[in-house]
Amino acid sequence: MNQAIRHSWVAAVAMFALIFGAISYVQVIGADELKANPWNQRAVLQSFCNDRGAIVVGGSPVAESVESGSETCAFQRTYPQPELYAGITGYFSQNFGATGLEQSMGGELAGNSDQLFLDRVGQLFLGNQPKGASVELTIDPEIQQLAYSLIPDGQRGSIVVTNPKTGAILAMVSKPSYDPNLVATQDLAAAAASMNELVKVPGINLNPNVSGPTGELLAPGSVFKLVDTAAALASGKYNKDSELPNPAELPFEGIQYRLPNYAGGNCYTRDTASFAFALQQSCNTPFASIALDLGRDAIADQAEKFGFGQDMGDQLKLDYASGNTFPDDLDGPGLAQSVIGQKDVRATPLQVAMMTAAIANDGVQMQPNLIKTLRSPDLRVIDEPQPKQLRTSTTPAIANQITEWMVSAVSEGIANRAGVPGVQVAGKTGTAELGNGTNNSWFTGFAPANNPQVGVTIVMEGVDINTGAQLTSPNAKRIFEAVLNK
Amino acid sequence: MSQLSTLPKPRRNVELALLLLALAVGIGANMLVGVDQEKAFDSDFWFQSSLLAVAALVFHGVLRFRAKYADPVILPIVVALNGIGLAMIHRLDAPGEDTGNNQLRWTLIAMAVAIAVIWFLKDHRILRRFTFISLAASALLLILPLVPGISAGEILGARVWIRLGPMTFQPGEVAKITLAIFFAGYLSSNRDLILLAGRKVGPLQFPRFKDMGPMITAWLVSIGVLIFQRDLGSSILFFGLFIVMIYVATSRISWVVIGLALIAGGGFVAAQVFSHVELRIYGWLNAFTEEVYGRSPGGSLQIVQGLFGMANGGLVGTGLGQGRPDLVPFANSDMIIASLGEELGLIGLFAVVLMYLLLFTRGFRAALGTRDAFGKLLACGLSFAVALQCFVVIGGVTRLIPLTGLTTPFLAAGGSSLLANWIIVGLLLMISHTARGPVDTTPLPPAKGSEATGIDTPTEAVKHL
Repeated sequence: MNQAIRHSWVAAVAMFALIFGAISYVQVIGADELKANPWNQRAVLQSFCNDRGAIVVGGSPVAESVESGSETCAFQRTYPQPELYAGITGYFSQNFGATGLEQSMGGELAGNSDQLFLDRVGQLFLGNQPKGASVELTIDPEIQQLAYSLIPDGQRGSIVVTNPKTGAILAMVSKPSYDPNLVATQDLAAAAASMNELVKVPGINLNPNVSGPTGELLAPGSVFKLVDTAAALASGKYNKDSELPNPAELPFEGIQYRLPNYAGGNCYTRDTASFAFALQQSCNTPFASIALDLGRDAIADQAEKFGFGQDMGDQLKLDYASGNTFPDDLDGPGLAQSVIGQKDVRATPLQVAMMTAAIANDGVQMQPNLIKTLRSPDLRVIDEPQPKQLRTSTTPAIANQITEWMVSAVSEGIANRAGVPGVQVAGKTGTAELGNGTNNSWFTGFAPANNPQVGVTIVMEGVDINTGAQLTSPNAKRIFEAVLNK
Repeated sequence: MSQLSTLPKPRRNVELALLLLALAVGIGANMLVGVDQEKAFDSDFWFQSSLLAVAALVFHGVLRFRAKYADPVILPIVVALNGIGLAMIHRLDAPGEDTGNNQLRWTLIAMAVAIAVIWFLKDHRILRRFTFISLAASALLLILPLVPGISAGEILGARVWIRLGPMTFQPGEVAKITLAIFFAGYLSSNRDLILLAGRKVGPLQFPRFKDMGPMITAWLVSIGVLIFQRDLGSSILFFGLFIVMIYVATSRISWVVIGLALIAGGGFVAAQVFSHVELRIYGWLNAFTEEVYGRSPGGSLQIVQGLFGMANGGLVGTGLGQGRPDLVPFANSDMIIASLGEELGLIGLFAVVLMYLLLFTRGFRAALGTRDAFGKLLACGLSFAVALQCFVVIGGVTRLIPLTGLTTPFLAAGGSSLLANWIIVGLLLMISHTARGPVDTTPLPPAKGSEATGIDTPTEAVKHL
């Protein structure tokens, strides 16, 4: 018996030998690999109490580190205009790590980036606290404030304002927003309690890759008809004078379902329609007919060329939703519904804004850009991103043709409330039915049409037809005026 | 047992010195926690420290009085582990949380129960009379969490909790003790029978099928725990406990072979049939894939964050209160090993694991020294159970094996675990007392009432042959 007891002890010691090996592997041998894992937030968090660089808009900080007065944690990250910029800055929290620019520009803000190498060497000799670079944004504070105020409180929605020629983002807002100070506080219990409440708010812009203008995938409705139009013209089968079939309802073989035109508009007045009329009145059946004629791939390819579900370049510096947004396997009715922006086709507000920007910029899509300059602690400019082309979405001829039709949609069509006196505005509205009686109401457009200075994309979620109409085109007009009168 | 030829020495003063050292470790750790959080030496600290010290010294006093030959190393080790656990739990308490004081309360209760066991039981051999009562108790304890009304329902995927008023309790922790008592009693009575009969196949002598009853029982218990309570850890623990005890009882490696074959077969079938087992294993192998990491519940976030923490600790650790173990879910219970690894480093964690190694080694030592088969089996079984439990927990946290819900003895926050493990300590101390003391030739006092339980009947074995 004693021999067996000794053997059992040896077995137990052998198990412990394995444990010692496993601990050694995790804590020493394999530790570097674990530290480099992108899910490992500890490096970010170790700098929690340091003085980070500021995120600056129009000369004033929207995220900055201030002395906290605490001995153990010298600096507190604060957000002077919290809700207005939360979707862009993100938060920097001891409990929850960092999001938004706080995360993506974390290395620069903390002063660890290669560009700050010389500053770090200097600090080493002078014994100064390391201080990070400050990041100045392309955002125009007045336009940002205006756009934010144009979404009523309690209304879910996003607005993106860009410069189509440079890709610079002038304003990017969404509601509901939140106060990043609540989760960035050094009072960790309070931060945890706040986060518990925040995650319950539907549609809140906590994660730029799943919510807000960059992340929330929405049915685009009729603004997707711009994709169809570009695809039709690019195919060579259609030109600016083509007459498109415009039945009140489009039947499909073998099933009951019929795709209708919108009952309230003027579409029913004609059996055939020109592109100009179909876009002005946003008729459904002409575009469904085009898609059934060209096939799914032609539409999906054009959507990709406009950047749907595609890479957004390396200047945005914010996470965004990615992946295929135009469904793969579609039957006839499915395709017909998808090409009018319904069913399963999805796009983020920023993607729609980029499509419009490409049309405005002669078919060339610029990289969306949030960063104007990066400055070292002594205010020396260490980086200044230049406008970069992202991709060619369509030809200049097609872009100009679509622009012409978008102008007529504002001057004579259903987007007329976006019109600005004395300025040619190009625009397209969209209404995606959500199936519960409410809609996603869209406007996307740019001005002036012949020399685009500003692109505006607005979406209001879950609204009735009238509310949607009031909150989109008229608001776009106010933003156009605000930018153009500067 | 030639080592007993010298005159037995109680070594209680050695224990006292080691105990003071252990208290210094535990209280010192608690103090460091306080220093880092700017609240050292507040009334809480003095209150907790003095209570722990008083309890440890009372325990020591009881040993002087009732079990003066008990192993002098066991109590100090356990007090040190318990103290380190208290410090870490205290350190992890967010403002307003009171897990630390709750753990202290349970420590005191558990120590009191262990003292009561030593005080009233006097001699571990008395437990042999409760062989079948222990079996019944084990069955009851294991079924309780499944009984509607008492069951606390499914918590974190496992049904192992019962609700007693405001408290929850994990009866499976206590079941490992009652099962060990049952196996020890049954095997010490029937070992001759199992030993002598059987067929020889090559170098292995296999038992007769009719003698495999207890093995089948143990297997069914383990599989039942796995299926109905969804508790992989306890299942492994119970079956490992049984295999070791039957191996020690018979010295036959064939039992281990049969046992491992049964658990492999049962485990394989369970992995095929029950999604929770399959998920566990898949999650273990693919912990670093986005799919598994983001899954909730049952994702690998917990273990991956634990590994990050341990990697962050490195060789020497961040220091108590300086790391971020709070980023890991269940940092003060299931993942307390990762928390210790982060803040105490490889060196500190090795020291903790070495203490466990010393603890179970002293338990095996008691098994070697004691003269009755029941005591040998019980000490060996309980010691191995502690070792196996540590292996399953620490192996799980370091991703050596799939993570299970077992608790780290004496360290993890949780009352049932503390209580059960302190009772084990009480039993080991008592067995070591008889092992190290002068040979006691007085027979056990006869049990009250009938003794017709068929426990101590070597003649029956002859009859069967």
